[in-house]
Amino acid sequence: MLEIKGLEVKLEEEDKQILKGVDLTIEPGTVHAIMGPNGSGKSTLSYVLSGKDGYEVTGGSATLDGEDLLDMDPEERAALGLFLAFQYPVEIPGVGNMTFLRTAVNAQRKARGEEELSAADFLKEVREKAKSLKIDAEMLKRPVNVGFSGGEKKRNEILQMAMLEPKMCILDETDSGLDVDAMKLVADGVNALRSEGRSFLVITHYQRLLDHIKPDIVHIMANGRIIKSGGPELALEVENNGYADILSEVA
Amino acid sequence: MALAQLKIDTTAARLADVDVPQGAASWGNAARADALARVRQMGLPTKRDEYWKYTDPASLTAADAPEAAVFKSDETPLFDAVDRVKIVFVDGVFDADASDDLQAEGLEIERLSDAMATDIHWAKDIYGVLEARGQKPVERPLATLNTALATDGVVIRVTGKAVKPVNFIYLHNDPSSDAILHNVVKVEAGAEMTLLETGPAAARFSKLLEVDVADGGKFNHVRAQGRDHERRAVTHCFARIGAESTFKSFTLTFNGVLTRNECVLEIVGDDAVAHVAGVCVGDGKDFHHDDTVFITHDALNGESRQVFKKVLRNGATGVFQGKILVKEGAQKTDGYQISQSLLLDDDSQFLAKPELEIYADDVACSHGSTSGAIDETALFYLRSRGVPHDEARNLLTLSFLAEALAEIEDEALADDLRDRLEGWLARHR
Repeated sequence: MLEIKGLEVKLEEEDKQILKGVDLTIEPGTVHAIMGPNGSGKSTLSYVLSGKDGYEVTGGSATLDGEDLLDMDPEERAALGLFLAFQYPVEIPGVGNMTFLRTAVNAQRKARGEEELSAADFLKEVREKAKSLKIDAEMLKRPVNVGFSGGEKKRNEILQMAMLEPKMCILDETDSGLDVDAMKLVADGVNALRSEGRSFLVITHYQRLLDHIKPDIVHIMANGRIIKSGGPELALEVENNGYADILSEVA
Repeated sequence: MALAQLKIDTTAARLADVDVPQGAASWGNAARADALARVRQMGLPTKRDEYWKYTDPASLTAADAPEAAVFKSDETPLFDAVDRVKIVFVDGVFDADASDDLQAEGLEIERLSDAMATDIHWAKDIYGVLEARGQKPVERPLATLNTALATDGVVIRVTGKAVKPVNFIYLHNDPSSDAILHNVVKVEAGAEMTLLETGPAAARFSKLLEVDVADGGKFNHVRAQGRDHERRAVTHCFARIGAESTFKSFTLTFNGVLTRNECVLEIVGDDAVAHVAGVCVGDGKDFHHDDTVFITHDALNGESRQVFKKVLRNGATGVFQGKILVKEGAQKTDGYQISQSLLLDDDSQFLAKPELEIYADDVACSHGSTSGAIDETALFYLRSRGVPHDEARNLLTLSFLAEALAEIEDEALADDLRDRLEGWLARHR
């Protein structure tokens, strides 16, 4: 599904190399986790894959189902099935959450040559999915993420994911700023979306999210590279011993 | 103080050939003569005047109006679905055939010329009177010129809760038309009305509206200035706002080579509310739009809001001059003023002069003014969800305008204007 080969990225504005050759292959239906210390390049990887400005790819490739992601506009990547759950979801005053969702769903359907969802069908679907994430009608009416608590913002991200039905979901530190209950709610939302054709890349600092969203493969990222990959036990190792052991082991 | 030579010359050239309309009763003739004398005394504005620092009035004061091509649109006329009393002017001349009967429950409507020909008429206490009150502390000679020369218009007395809105429809058919209209509204105590104004009116349009809102009255105003690219307009609204009454005005401006909208509101009764808001969208170096607002609080517990938003691109210019004056004794005044522009490129400019002048010690007044570009983070967020760049930009543009659009109380009217804005944004990629 997602295939990243030797990806090298630097900041556009300053001559600073962030990713120094990332290799990562994610098969359909699997959940991968990336852990790593601050500044290792985890979030940069998620931004570069989803097409944010400000980064320059200096080498390597990234494809989704064989299509070159790095050449596409962000909206094309989304229509192809890539989704990034933001670490800091953006507040958009003046745009209703519902309007936003509907615009996004229909824009993607249109880009894929599918028929737009009727207002009634959309409403039915959004209500159902919102309910399981404990998002009430009031939250759907409010402007996008404006006045939402940290937990509400993250739940709103998962609702977007549920509505857009992407095949490749990247969760960028979705656990940050969440208490245990909120994290469980978000994890349940993600787990409900797990399926054969859908893959996840979960970026996190901590093992605790991975107690709820169980990964198939765990990668450790440091200094712009994936330095070690393994099973779920790798996350436990990090939890118990920190990154120091792994870093010195590789060095 | 002697007038500057440029001012003397400008005034003399403009007044050299004018015909002051005839046929009024003595009060009407007196009002016009008085206004003409005041214009001569003040002189017409020039670009050297402080109040015209950001907007050159030369084409508004020239003896002849510059031509403006007539814009043909295949859009449905605004507010077409609204049940209203339509009053149509073509190039500034009342068109009885195209207009509805001048009547509706709660309203007494007359043509200005009929009212002015009547010896004893309520309009005598308002026509040119509110305009003259609004000349202090800043002179507005173009308004006075309008009082002197207006050839047509409508006067409305609101006697109860009007069952439907009145819509002045200003059509523009003649590329060289130069229209001067003067409308008067008197809202009696406890009465309510909604006034809609739509259309470009003429190649050059001078329009003045005087509104007297008595205690407990309510006046609601929604206007959309026409899309003709070369049209020019100078409009004035003078309102006197009584106790426990409400005045709300919203203006949407598309295009136009020059627009100056002045709004002069005076809160004279306690617990009154005055809101004035506007949205303008302009494209290109030939777009110049100026909102000039002056709100005076002269009573207790008044609330005023000024909310102006401008979307400017390809070298367009936006101007905002807004003032809140709180007189001595106008305690518990709550004044709010915001003027913001969204600059879609580096060539466009927004010139703002927000002012507060406060002589009471127990008031809450705030003002703010910003210029900014589209928020790139929000743009990326929308695009990452699959919304294409242009659509995302338009969504964020509408979100920028939302606070001003929210000033329109009537949902149906607001929706219609929002649709037009979406159309404009879609056409200007």
